[in-house]
Amino acid sequence: MPDPKKTPLSTRHEERGGRMVDFAGWYMPVQFTGIIDEHNTVRTKAGLFDLGHMGQVDVRGKDALAFLQYVTTNDVSTLEPGQAQYSMLLLPTGCPIDDIIVYRRPDGDGFFVVVNASNAERDIAWLREQRANRHDLDINLEDVCDVTGMFAIQGPLAEEILQKITEADLSTVANFSAIETTVDQVPCMVARTGYTGEDGFEIYCPIEQAQALWDKLLEVGADEGIKPIGLGARDTLRLESKMALYGNELSEEITPLEVGLSWAVKFDKGDFIGRDALVEQKSNGIDRRLVGFKMVERGGVPRSHFDVQVDGKTVGFVTSGTSSPTLGENIGLALVDKSVAGIGKPLQIMIRGKAVGAEQIRTPFYKRSN
Amino acid sequence: MTEIPAGLYFTKSHEWAKIEGEVATLGVSDYAQNELGDITYLELPDPGTTISQGEPLGVIESVKAASDIYSAVSGEIIETNQEVIDSPEFVNSSPYDKAWLVKVRMSDASEVNNLMDSEVYTKFAEEQSGH
Repeated sequence: MPDPKKTPLSTRHEERGGRMVDFAGWYMPVQFTGIIDEHNTVRTKAGLFDLGHMGQVDVRGKDALAFLQYVTTNDVSTLEPGQAQYSMLLLPTGCPIDDIIVYRRPDGDGFFVVVNASNAERDIAWLREQRANRHDLDINLEDVCDVTGMFAIQGPLAEEILQKITEADLSTVANFSAIETTVDQVPCMVARTGYTGEDGFEIYCPIEQAQALWDKLLEVGADEGIKPIGLGARDTLRLESKMALYGNELSEEITPLEVGLSWAVKFDKGDFIGRDALVEQKSNGIDRRLVGFKMVERGGVPRSHFDVQVDGKTVGFVTSGTSSPTLGENIGLALVDKSVAGIGKPLQIMIRGKAVGAEQIRTPFYKRSN
Repeated sequence: MTEIPAGLYFTKSHEWAKIEGEVATLGVSDYAQNELGDITYLELPDPGTTISQGEPLGVIESVKAASDIYSAVSGEIIETNQEVIDSPEFVNSSPYDKAWLVKVRMSDASEVNNLMDSEVYTKFAEEQSGH
């Protein structure tokens, strides 16, 4: 195994006492003060996330739109300059190789695609392969992972803190929209997006400025109680908000229709990779459902890949599970046969060989009030 | 800095034992709780259960993952700490006091020789955190 790659903030995380791990080939902090404390900080104040491990691709050229329509599931033609959408790259089987965010550049000149760290290399190779198959099209694909700094500020006080050093008026930035502005005089793209269920922003900057901006945000947010947040709390925050994680809710064995992501699949936009398979699945019927549950018996914390049973029969598996800091309950998502799905209905989660009682509950587990 | 009280015995897997006559009180060390992170669940054997040195004693779960707890001694469980089962966060806040896990009537007092005393464990924990 090669040494994990470092982001511009790796040294800062070490200085702050971050517990560093190898995550998807990156040297990343799993926690600083503790997952529960960091989780609650994001829910009540603001947290800063290093997202330097994530991948970015610029897609430009006259046919960029047509190309993205063909390789992604959502309808890119609906994006106004500066708007963003959740989407997926599918295999012809209808199963995703990744879930992504597609931005139309605020200046209208092309698109900016953000991909998961664990899939970045493969995604980019896949996009290049698809591009090579469409040599008639005018498309310029550029891997900008190595020049793009990325981090997120999330939480109810995120806007207040970021506004202190941002030139543009952030209150004018709608959800899932981005602007070009300066943050502490550094030109950045600032988007009202995130992966926590809280209000907040993701910030893209020149990679050489990432460390200085990180330091500045911790400084100007100190009075509001901002803290750096590790990957552990990132996972509990996204799970409470029922946001999919590739490798858990999405994989090459799960289609978006099975896990409630059909809202990000636009069949009427024209052909796209994976469309035929999904049309077929839809007409044959979707046999599995993604359901949320909480444990109602003692027996442990549900974890990814644990079997799910009903009346002694295996009906599916847990995709994600944790102790929810906000609810104070052990919760999870499971992909199960549709016959057993239903709010209030029981499931048994197999934890260390024992069937432990759970009940299906409404999702998202957490929804912010404002 | 990890807290290591004097007068205790420790395993290489970071459990502690306090020996008083033939009774050992067992728990996990400050180093272990710090490595594990926020503890949310404990599974411990009931009184009457026979346990063996170095074998799994129970399960400890943090927000992130589940881990085995290994027994520092062999013998019979005579008491299980119900309070720490109800409030597993005591493992983080008070690993040597409120978060004692079980009391064991030891079957072989000489097993203590297989454990590290506080002084040796201090060096061991320092080496571990150097990695």
